[in-house]
Amino acid sequence: MAIGETRAHHEALGLDEDDLRRLYYHMLVARRVDERSWILNRQGKAAFVISCQGQEAAQVGAAYNLRPGYDYLYPYYRDSGMTLLLGQTPRGQFLSILGRAEDPNSGGRQMPGHFSDRGLNIVTTSAPVGVQYPQATGTALAFKMRGEDGVALVCGGEASTSGGDWHEAMNFAGIHDLPVVFLIENNVYSISTPAPAQVAGAIARRAEGFGFPGYEVDGNDVLAVYEVAREAFERARRGEGPTLIEAKTYRITAHSSDDDDRRYREREEIEEWRLKDPIVRFEKYLLENGVLDEAGRDEIDERIKAEVAEASAYAEKAPFAEPESVLTGVYAEA
Amino acid sequence: MATKNLLQAIHEGLAEEMRSDESVMVLGEDVGRAGGVFRVTQGLQEEFGEARVLDTPLAESLIVGSAIGLSANGMRPVAEIQFGDFITPAFDQIVNEAAKFYYRSNGAWNCPITIRAPYGAVHGGGLYHSQSIEAWFSNTPGLKVVAPTFPADAKAMIKSAIRDPNPVLFLEHKRTYRLIKEDVPDDNPEVPIGEARVHREGADITVVAYGLMLYTALEVADKLLEEQGLETEVVEPRTLYPLDKETILESARKTGKFLVVSEANLTGSVSAEIAAVVAREAFEWLDAPVMRLGSPDVPAAAFARPMMDHFVPSAEKIEAAMLELAAY
Ligand SMILES: Cc1ncc(C[n+]2csc(CCOP(=O)(O)OP(=O)(O)O)c2C)c(N)n1
Ligand SMILES: [Mg+2]
Repeated sequence: MAIGETRAHHEALGLDEDDLRRLYYHMLVARRVDERSWILNRQGKAAFVISCQGQEAAQVGAAYNLRPGYDYLYPYYRDSGMTLLLGQTPRGQFLSILGRAEDPNSGGRQMPGHFSDRGLNIVTTSAPVGVQYPQATGTALAFKMRGEDGVALVCGGEASTSGGDWHEAMNFAGIHDLPVVFLIENNVYSISTPAPAQVAGAIARRAEGFGFPGYEVDGNDVLAVYEVAREAFERARRGEGPTLIEAKTYRITAHSSDDDDRRYREREEIEEWRLKDPIVRFEKYLLENGVLDEAGRDEIDERIKAEVAEASAYAEKAPFAEPESVLTGVYAEA
Repeated sequence: MATKNLLQAIHEGLAEEMRSDESVMVLGEDVGRAGGVFRVTQGLQEEFGEARVLDTPLAESLIVGSAIGLSANGMRPVAEIQFGDFITPAFDQIVNEAAKFYYRSNGAWNCPITIRAPYGAVHGGGLYHSQSIEAWFSNTPGLKVVAPTFPADAKAMIKSAIRDPNPVLFLEHKRTYRLIKEDVPDDNPEVPIGEARVHREGADITVVAYGLMLYTALEVADKLLEEQGLETEVVEPRTLYPLDKETILESARKTGKFLVVSEANLTGSVSAEIAAVVAREAFEWLDAPVMRLGSPDVPAAAFARPMMDHFVPSAEKIEAAMLELAAY
């Protein structure tokens, strides 16, 4: 859209330039942390990496509606864009990737991407796909029972909508008008299985059957995601119930550092999606709207790169937990 | 002081916890107006309302999963699984989720939920209303599995389960719901999770059992004392995981003759674990091989009465095993 003719999208949404810079900063932090993680993996220092790359707009745009430490987040393994926005740090992310004692998620017990932060209400996550959905409805129910206006945001990939847990949770949320927002980050692949072999019909449309709204949104447009998620959060806070959002996006990297995606997808396809990279796209928007100039953008990137380098170096020097600590912390004490 | 059966005792324990702690709630299939298919929650909805005594959709993974999420947000939910046989859809939420919350978050998130499930063979139950499910869950660190048999213990232990900061699977033998009655005093003492109970002392043999098998073993022990002067020490684990090994071992070392009876099929059972512990740690005190009696390794109790009776260890079989052990 041409400047001056129509109000820019962010103005229509009531977002000011500080908001825009925060959104941009957090998308870029997530990307740079992720890129550095792959280097650590290729250097043989990090055993496993699972990426957010390509999904930063969906993650940051949706999570920008959360009140950290009040609302609850049930992320899935790619959602570092969300956890970093809420207050986890690049240091924490590298400590997790390298399995160090200070790993904020698990003290080195869990693989990377298994987020947890009690202070931020990021509920501990695990590997079985889909288990988070029933849990999020319970959390939302507790808010509702106490008459509080908290919201639970629960996320997963498109394959997480294939199992029973997702459907059970959607049904329960619909029955009780629970304050929960379901965000599906449809990145076209489930490891190698393409979405057409995974998903019947349209995910967003399934919400209608459960009696609440479902929206499909361009997951690479951070403002579009923010907008639809804001509507969902407001609806939940008003006590009107759940919303399903399907953010259409794309997984730029292989499934994980253990996957070779050349076995199942063409390089051209990835290149096409790189042109739609959510960060490049938002950058363009910011430049066009005079929020950033190129010098300003470079300054942010340099600052992030320095922060990432420092965080990575810190984590590499950080100690592992005592081996014997595997034996402790099985049961909570009364 | 009043005589209560197992059902009533569990009901009372739930009601008292709900009265004293607003965060305690019950959820499950038909628990509300109907009071559950076995009536354990009867009347709770009238007293505490539809939100705190919540009828859920028929979806066990959701029942346990939402209980986990409730507990993560300040509640103390008691989830009812209508029949233990139908707990399997919730296996993932129990074993991979609830049991691992604390460990995997390095102590940041605990999961204070209670899951109640009726188990055990009952006439007319058939394969899918009869199973003994305890072994499925009794090798899951992070989870506690309890199976009290007597009303006063059950009332005390449902309270302990609710107050426990960890997930607790609370098993109720449905054949004993109305069968076992006893006085439950108003000042019923607390029973912590993880403590076995010695029901009767004896010098000759030890029998460890729980649920209906405990009840039957106690009757057989009375009979054999009267008829033959056999002194049987009967120990009830009450908590199946983690086991109170000390109390069990103490008895095994005292009598030197050890039998464990359970309704579960033998292979890979809780009784296998108990036997292994005793075989290793009481070896030098033993005067006979560690013995076990259980159901055969067939899928579950059959529907027809004669077939079911053939499946569940009977009083006669328990008596024969005890005499064989005594004579060894
Ligand atoms: C229940 C379960 N089955 C299989 C797996 C192995 N697995 C991990 S991620 C994944 C693909 C998930 O795809 P999707 O939900 O689309 O998320 P994406 O990785 O594409 O972001 C699979 C099969 C698992 N973790 N859990
Ligand atoms: Mg996917």
